[in-house]
Amino acid sequence: MDTYLLQIFNGISVSSVLLLAALGLAITFGLMKIINMAHGEMIMIGAYTTYMVQNLFISFLGDRYFDLYFIAAIPLSFLITGFVGYLLEISIVKRLYGRTLDSLLATWGISLILQQLARNIFGAPNVDVKSPAWLNGGVVVLSNIQLPYKRLFIILLAALCIAGVYLFLFKSDSGRRIRAVMQNRSMAESLGINTRKVDSMTFAIGSGLAGIAGCALTLLGSIGPTLGTNYIVDTFMVVVLGGVGRIIGTVAGAAAIGIGNTTFEYFTNASLGKVLVFLAVILFLQWKPQGFFSISSRVLDE
Amino acid sequence: MSSWQKRVGKSTLLKSIMGIVKTPKGSVYLNNENITKLPTYKRAQKGIGYVPQGRDIFPQLTVHENLILGMERNAHKKKPIEKEIFELFPVLKTMLDRKGGDLSGGQQQQLAIARALISEPEVLLLDEPTEGIQPSIIQDIGRVIKKLKNRGNVTMLIVEQYLEFVMDVADYFYVMDKGHIVLEGKTEGIDPREIQEKIAI
Ligand SMILES: Nc1ncnc2c1ncn2[C@@H]1O[C@H](COP(=O)(O)OP(=O)(O)O)[C@@H](O)[C@H]1O
Ligand SMILES: [Mg+2]
Repeated sequence: MDTYLLQIFNGISVSSVLLLAALGLAITFGLMKIINMAHGEMIMIGAYTTYMVQNLFISFLGDRYFDLYFIAAIPLSFLITGFVGYLLEISIVKRLYGRTLDSLLATWGISLILQQLARNIFGAPNVDVKSPAWLNGGVVVLSNIQLPYKRLFIILLAALCIAGVYLFLFKSDSGRRIRAVMQNRSMAESLGINTRKVDSMTFAIGSGLAGIAGCALTLLGSIGPTLGTNYIVDTFMVVVLGGVGRIIGTVAGAAAIGIGNTTFEYFTNASLGKVLVFLAVILFLQWKPQGFFSISSRVLDE
Repeated sequence: MSSWQKRVGKSTLLKSIMGIVKTPKGSVYLNNENITKLPTYKRAQKGIGYVPQGRDIFPQLTVHENLILGMERNAHKKKPIEKEIFELFPVLKTMLDRKGGDLSGGQQQQLAIARALISEPEVLLLDEPTEGIQPSIIQDIGRVIKKLKNRGNVTMLIVEQYLEFVMDVADYFYVMDKGHIVLEGKTEGIDPREIQEKIAI
């Protein structure tokens, strides 16, 4: 039972990473109706950004400041991944709006190109990112279970990002513009909102969030060019299960997938666990095709 | 402007002025400037306000947020919502925190007009403002339109099938059929029935 509790805790920390990745996907899908298969590679770019920040710290600042690299890596992975997302949007993705199926194929192509680029730059084998010392160890609860600081940190990071996204979407001018465009694009435009600008900014922010997910993943294991492909399916399941357009839906979806994965894996094995989660999601969607939560907006009804 | 008969291209004409649909033939001018090639949001920023048929309130946004979005046209100079708006539409003041989608049709219509007026447009396009709205609110809307007209700083282009209403509030009318203007003139001294008869021919 104790090991199961620990598994659940691990499941929650994996949920947190999925949540970060899925938030960006849910926002961009809600806004632009494109299926972005390259979103997983944004996770990968965030992870490699963290790797590079670590190396730069080692080369230029020495051991003394090494432990601080991770603090710098979080905002940098957001900014750099966000910038890559922005470039992607203004060059390719903008041509795919309203063409859901085309967008799936084209972004899949982009994803393969980005993976190959990573292979050329960093090499095919996985690389390790050394966690900062202050994240080693853990809190002991119930005398025999230790909750690793790393995983607690990931959960905290995700919670902060959710709070940030919430404040941004619901309390800022830009957030209000994004919600207006989501609900009625042509009316938003008729009021003087530059919807192109809103689109590319939103895409950049969604990509940046995936970048933070990648940064967090470096705490859980080594990283490689195909890091994104390992997570993209789960991330899509979170979005579909949670429903589009509500943050709370994405949170619930991520919790369900993360905990479902670990639970099924604990009682069966890794691959059978995945299959069972997949089946459960399909059955659930038969019953509730809109997912856990969804807003009934005219745009989404189309 | 007034118009007759359903589906003759009235809404399409307004959308074309707004730039929501393409204008394959002809051009759109605002203050002697050709704006035919401008994107919709730039036209809005140049001073065209738009109240579409069906109102297009953002359903999940509050009344207050809907109103604030009206100020996007001059977003750089932020300011509170003018008292005047609530003098014209007192009902909105009491429901600022309600979701736009929860308002009745008449309230949504008033909100849509208020949202367009907040940007202080030079031209205001109104697409069937009386459609599906109860008579008392139609009267209110008529009063607001006349008030704006007397103030004289906004040109209004109203598409309407409710002939008596539009002949009452407008100075000049055009009648449209199958995408073309078939009749026009001053509204002064004209009996709506006259127009009705002419169109019936
Ligand atoms: N100038 C035009 N030429 C060809 N088709 C048009 C034209 N104007 C409008 N239409 C078409 O006619 C239909 C009705 O137009 P709409 O503007 O909604 O009519 P109304 O507002 O008068 O009821 C639409 O399908 C529109 O695409
Ligand atoms: Mg119409």
